[in-house]
Amino acid sequence: MKRVFLVIFFFFGLLLLWELAVRAHLWSPVLLPAPAKVAEYLKSAAADGSLWQAILVTLKRLLLGYVIGLLGGIPLGLLTARFRLLHDTVGTLALGLQTLPSVCWVPLALLWFGQSEAAMLFVVVMGTLWSVIIATDTGVQHVPPIYRRAALTMGSKGFHIWLTVILPAALPFIVSGMKQGWAFAWRSLMAAEIFVTILTGFGLGQLLHYGRELNAMDQVIAIMFVIVAIGLLADKTLFAPIERLLHRRWGTSQA
Amino acid sequence: MYITETFELPRNASEHVKEELQFLPPSKLNVDRVSKTFATRTGPLKALDEVSLQVAEGEFVCLVGASGCGKSTLLNMIAGLEKPDSGSVTADGLRVTAPGRERLVMFQEAALFPWLDVLGNVIFGLKMKPHLSRRDRKDVARYYLELVGLSRFEKSNIHELSGGMKQRVALARALAPNPRMLLMDEPFAALDALTREQLYGDLQQIWESRRKTIIFVTHNVREAACLGDRVMLFSPHPGRIREEFLIKLPRPRDINSIDLAEYAGRITRSLKGYKNGNGGVAE
Ligand SMILES: Nc1ncnc2c1ncn2[C@@H]1O[C@H](COP(=O)(O)OP(=O)(O)O)[C@@H](O)[C@H]1O
Ligand SMILES: [Mg+2]
Repeated sequence: MKRVFLVIFFFFGLLLLWELAVRAHLWSPVLLPAPAKVAEYLKSAAADGSLWQAILVTLKRLLLGYVIGLLGGIPLGLLTARFRLLHDTVGTLALGLQTLPSVCWVPLALLWFGQSEAAMLFVVVMGTLWSVIIATDTGVQHVPPIYRRAALTMGSKGFHIWLTVILPAALPFIVSGMKQGWAFAWRSLMAAEIFVTILTGFGLGQLLHYGRELNAMDQVIAIMFVIVAIGLLADKTLFAPIERLLHRRWGTSQA
Repeated sequence: MYITETFELPRNASEHVKEELQFLPPSKLNVDRVSKTFATRTGPLKALDEVSLQVAEGEFVCLVGASGCGKSTLLNMIAGLEKPDSGSVTADGLRVTAPGRERLVMFQEAALFPWLDVLGNVIFGLKMKPHLSRRDRKDVARYYLELVGLSRFEKSNIHELSGGMKQRVALARALAPNPRMLLMDEPFAALDALTREQLYGDLQQIWESRRKTIIFVTHNVREAACLGDRVMLFSPHPGRIREEFLIKLPRPRDINSIDLAEYAGRITRSLKGYKNGNGGVAE
């Protein structure tokens, strides 16, 4: 209870500082709008639906690309862990491409797919895929061989072992790879949306971009808030529960 | 002794469960002149040299020797996890070529699966029996958890258990698919003396009540004399069986008894005699 109170107090304090800075006219109100103005924008954008529309468009791109990245990355990671040749080829490729900041895929995506949903999707998939492949591969390499041997003697073999032993044993690694992939995908999608106008749907990044074009600082700040909130929410609803489960099962420290 | 006398099955346990818990005749084993050489950085290493071993149905045999003399290698061969370069392993007249759940292994290190709870671990080996329903598997697993005295911990995570409890779960997991032979590779080596003593008692009791053939690897001479009908002595480089001792003591045996100490002393003197030995052997 005390913790909750302190958190509220902290953020309320930040808000207060912001308001004071505005009142003190430290910066022009065009550059630093009052908190109330930002809230007003959020309210109107929520009321006319443009905010929800943008959130929907962005999340759809993100989730679809992310799921594709996972569905491709986890099996590929298992394959690179299983077959040395694939490890040396695809694994090395993944390692290299993972070091590439995923926003660097944007120009290529535009040339290949034009200003389309496919380009957005491509950027998200590239952000997710390589991290997940590498994490899955590493996770499998770290599975103690004794698990496999124990499963073998209990009559499990082949695909069954991979599904019921190797995959769950590698889960802590895979989940951290999924988290990294999510972060990369989210960042590169925002960058792509800010750079590129896609006529089939206005995402949050595009709202941010038009905020700048219109010199509407309240819009820019408001959208930044929304982006932060979505990031936090994803962490708390998607990854935190999985990580808690892993911590509880494996007995690793409750970080 | 019938199991239903000792433990109560759930009243609505299915016929499958009763069938699953039935006694199977224990295995007979014949290891015939197996050899195994490993390629190592310092050249070929002969881990086993023409080792032969016969084990009768329901016998409890201990393999003793300094570390590195091929005990685990032999056990893995019997399990089907490793192939001999020459010679053969035959269980109940069938050549062993692959692992199978008639011969289950219990390892020294924790080989329990941390992503499953205690019950889930014991159920794992039952998943490969398609005629059992989910309920049946639970009933069978609970029976064995009760046998090792851990019913109350079925929902626990593996990391929450003490070393002794972990090995009890591992024992329950190895027993659950109803193997005809148990292969145990230094299962108690990492436990403290008190916990170990308790487990000696329990293992002897379970061995008598569930009638399995057991091959038990240890480097602890007293442990071998306490558990085995027969103790086989290994010498290293290359790994060979040098001698065997019949332990003619009544059961259940107490690890601290004087008769047992006498056997242990004789075995230890023999072990020390092997000039090739390089590792110490605990008494
Ligand atoms: N997979 C392997 N590769 C190379 N050498 C091995 C391998 N497994 C065992 N050895 C060697 O074979 C010898 C016997 O090993 P092991 O059977 O584990 O002995 P023990 O269980 O009696 O301690 C040891 O010297 C060990 O280093
Ligand atoms: Mg060993």
